Amino acid sequence: MARYDSLLDTLGDTPLVGLPALSPAPDVRLWAKLEDRNPTGSVKDRPALAMIEAAEKEGTLTQGCTILEPTSGNTGISLAMAASLKGYGLVCVMPENTSEERRQILQAYGARIVSSPAEGGSNQAVAVAKQLAEQNPDWVMLYQYGNSANAEAHYRGTGPEILRDLPGVTHFVAGLGTTGTLVGVGRYLHEQNPGTQVVAAEPRYGELVYGLRNLDEGFVPELYDADVLNRRFSVGSYDALRRTRQLLESEGIFAGISTGAVLHAALTVGERAAATGESAEIVFLVADAGWKYLSTGAYSGTLDEAAQRLDGQLWA
Amino acid sequence: MAVNVSIPTILRSHTDGQKSVQADGGTVAEVINDLDSRHSGLKDRLVKDGGLHRFVNVYVNDEDIRFVGGLEATVSDGDSLTILPAVAGGMR
Repeated sequence: MARYDSLLDTLGDTPLVGLPALSPAPDVRLWAKLEDRNPTGSVKDRPALAMIEAAEKEGTLTQGCTILEPTSGNTGISLAMAASLKGYGLVCVMPENTSEERRQILQAYGARIVSSPAEGGSNQAVAVAKQLAEQNPDWVMLYQYGNSANAEAHYRGTGPEILRDLPGVTHFVAGLGTTGTLVGVGRYLHEQNPGTQVVAAEPRYGELVYGLRNLDEGFVPELYDADVLNRRFSVGSYDALRRTRQLLESEGIFAGISTGAVLHAALTVGERAAATGESAEIVFLVADAGWKYLSTGAYSGTLDEAAQRLDGQLWA
Repeated sequence: MAVNVSIPTILRSHTDGQKSVQADGGTVAEVINDLDSRHSGLKDRLVKDGGLHRFVNVYVNDEDIRFVGGLEATVSDGDSLTILPAVAGGMR
């Protein structure tokens, strides 16, 4: 039993758990990095605290300040926890179709929520947040999509933890969003062993870009560095849900839906390795647990019904 | 070789509103050329300066072609090709 002086000190050092039932072959093993074990239940506690501490160090964030952030939920919740402990206000800009649980948690922590149109997805939330930042120059936008402290948190924390616990790691698979996790962990693992494969899984919600007027409005985060990635998969709702349930049923891990997309990509590379007789130690990142997605209906009824219910919801 | 191509909402004006269309070709470039011959103007939205437009992602059976040969990535009969405008964020 460990003892800590603050909840913030419990961040990181999450378990790496082998998945014998899901591993494609004796020599191709899957490992889950359980980031839901962080203080607010998601991987986003790492970049949230790192960004706050970087801003404090630079002097841009001082006592009583208000933090502004575009987020579809988890980063907002992490920031809300840290902000409440450190005495900052928080305004979150979120697409209006994010799950109800996230809104309630944010409000419980005392954060203020500004809704952006569902049609534009996270891109629109970023645009609205940038407008608000111009109108409120005293607010501090940490901007997870372009803040180097985001990737740095994974370069200094998540990556070294993985290599410490599994020195023979051959593949790292994670979701692609701000790209902070993949870029940070990927850079570290490539530096230590250039042969490590870094694989991105992008949850597919193409319909949500309906509101974009032209392709030039497509949004690529400033942190994104394609050179760090070796493979990239786009995973649809049905496969993401199927894998989320498979992870729960065969290994007992109750994960969020984007983790199903990540597992789908991990199994794709694992099955290819098994087919060619290669050995592999594949680590994939469980970004959060399923609690916040119960209202989406993802865990009940048939897969087809659940996939239909999920259509149009922002589940990543 | 017949490939099933998923068209994003934003580009369906080129396909008379169809969500998916068939095209032929042994590489992604050949499929795009064939698509353009049936649905005029589509190629200009996808290809720029001989490469994939920066804000467009193309996937063969879910895998991003940028990491498996780009426009020269091979496709086989029955493969699915998905076109998606770049979108990120939302991963919390």
